Amino acid sequence: MAATPYGLIATFETPAEIYAAAKQVRDAGYQHWDCITPCPIHGLDQAMGLQRSIVPRFSLTGGITGFCTGMSMIFYMNGFDYQLTVGGKPFFSPLFAFPVSYELTILFTAFATIGGMFFVNGLGKLYHPVLKYEHIVRGLDDRFFVVIEARDPRFHAGHTRALLERAGGREITELED
Amino acid sequence: MAHVENALAAPAVLQEVKPTSLPRPALVGHHRSFSWISDKICGIVEGETPAWWWWCFTIACLIACFTVGGITYVVATGVGVWGHRTPVNWSWPIVNFVFWIGIGHAGTLISAILCLLRQKWRTSINRSAEAMTIFAVVCAGIFPVFHVGRVWYAWFLFPLPNYNYIWPQFRSPLEWDVFAVSTYGTVSVLFWYVGMIPDLALLRDRFARAGRLMRARIYGLFALGWRGSARAWSNYEMAYLILAGIATPLVLSVHTIVSFDFAVSLIPGWHTTIFPPYFVAGAIFSGFGMVLTLMLPLRAIYHLEDLITQYHIDCMCKITLATGTMVGYAYAMEFFIAWYSANPYEGFTFINRAFGPYAWAYWIMISCNVVTPQFFWFKAVRQNTTLVWILSLFVNLGMWFERFVIICTSLTRDFLPSSWGYLSPTVVDIFTFFGTFGVFSVLFLLFIRFLPLMAMAEIKGVTPQADPHEGPGHGHPAAAPHA
Repeated sequence: MAATPYGLIATFETPAEIYAAAKQVRDAGYQHWDCITPCPIHGLDQAMGLQRSIVPRFSLTGGITGFCTGMSMIFYMNGFDYQLTVGGKPFFSPLFAFPVSYELTILFTAFATIGGMFFVNGLGKLYHPVLKYEHIVRGLDDRFFVVIEARDPRFHAGHTRALLERAGGREITELED
Repeated sequence: MAHVENALAAPAVLQEVKPTSLPRPALVGHHRSFSWISDKICGIVEGETPAWWWWCFTIACLIACFTVGGITYVVATGVGVWGHRTPVNWSWPIVNFVFWIGIGHAGTLISAILCLLRQKWRTSINRSAEAMTIFAVVCAGIFPVFHVGRVWYAWFLFPLPNYNYIWPQFRSPLEWDVFAVSTYGTVSVLFWYVGMIPDLALLRDRFARAGRLMRARIYGLFALGWRGSARAWSNYEMAYLILAGIATPLVLSVHTIVSFDFAVSLIPGWHTTIFPPYFVAGAIFSGFGMVLTLMLPLRAIYHLEDLITQYHIDCMCKITLATGTMVGYAYAMEFFIAWYSANPYEGFTFINRAFGPYAWAYWIMISCNVVTPQFFWFKAVRQNTTLVWILSLFVNLGMWFERFVIICTSLTRDFLPSSWGYLSPTVVDIFTFFGTFGVFSVLFLLFIRFLPLMAMAEIKGVTPQADPHEGPGHGHPAAAPHA
């Protein structure tokens, strides 16, 4: 069975090279492409033209949910369902409910942030065509790759390869899906 | 990250005034390359298990048996085998709980607060400090869970429906503590794991390249298919920043709530508003003591001098000095307030602390916590790693005594002289606490054997060669050649 092409991958040696290359690919109008770097490269988001991450929206939702959960749980348990008289204190007050609600705000925010990040990054999906590239380990170690996917409307085997070559990419290889 | 393109254009005035570049110490010695960092840290996991590791692991397991034995005896017999008697109804277990929780705080401080403050030196030590946090929380959790007496009812602490139809009592600071500590443990594990994903992915691919497929699969499962994509990094960095942002109020709140266990009561010496900040400073102080105790031997054994440089040790010593001095200030302020409040009970408590039957413990605390860190003013001391390590042991000792002094001096001398007493621990108390060092060491040894003990991706990110704008006017004029 002939494998369908996933895209082209090119190797770069330094952060400065991939930074310049990312700008060129962005300016050429590609949409479905990515950079592979061993660590976050300062300013690469802008060079790639990425939007601000949407992860904070998950966090805010989680935080609000956590706080409301804490307050309503304590109201239900101590103020409504089973009222315990202790030291003549009120059955419910937002003051004594605050520490627990505060901790639940943080707990839910943490879960929402991480869950949201996993979701938008597609983490947990163990297979990816890029991981089949034989030198992928260098991309997590000390090399930088640019991957342009074949499904991009502007993708053209010859032109895209030429673009990556102009940008200074080496070892330009075709990836299979 | 935002507006970075604008920031790249240096203001014109800089061309005229030609500012002197601040001398910044290198965070990675000898201009080590990315691949050197990967080989160094992954090599620890990939290599053969060294003989010293087996020796340490065996000894740690044996020490941990003391906790297992002590706990088994307590469960089989009852908490009466511990040394607390009226009027001291919680003694060593709460002391040990606060001690271990406090140790954990340095890990979160390094990973969260220093991240927000953009202290790049944190990258070399944050992974192992976070591991220390988690294992310290495990050790801390043992004590309150077994102190409830019938441990099989410990789940009553959580708001779960039970056959008595009674819910937890949320007006009690002890219940707040349950939430604070369990949230702290959970968020610390999440933070640690998320930070580790890129490094696990590197290990996965290195094992796959070496043909060790079983290991590659196991690490690959936990790496969740990470492939270093810049789009993923963008979301990852945002998530990490948010986690740091929420872990910071979390770490401050946890020891605040732990201090509420005391401060919300009416016991002289406990009922003070200084407790929350004083407990947090003390926690960070003790945690840095433990970080130094752990990292200095690791640095020597694995020859990590290029990653944990003298600059890192200097920074840790200075934080220890700062927080130790804050703790000393708090001790002095407690005395001042006791006098200034003109409350005879409060005044008596503090005179009794310093000159009563527990004066020996009080002066151990003062000498370890206030005097010891003052040595860190001297550069010669900070540069002598053996001496720093010995001083860090005194910090650990002193902080255990701090909690002991707070709890025992106040409880043994309460309002009624007829109920005064003196607390003596039993052998079960001592063995159970001693064993927790074994539990901690077992977990820590497993961590350094099987997981990347430094955040490789983060260390690479703070090296000069990771800066794409290297060159004059763009941060790091002396960028190292990429190897």
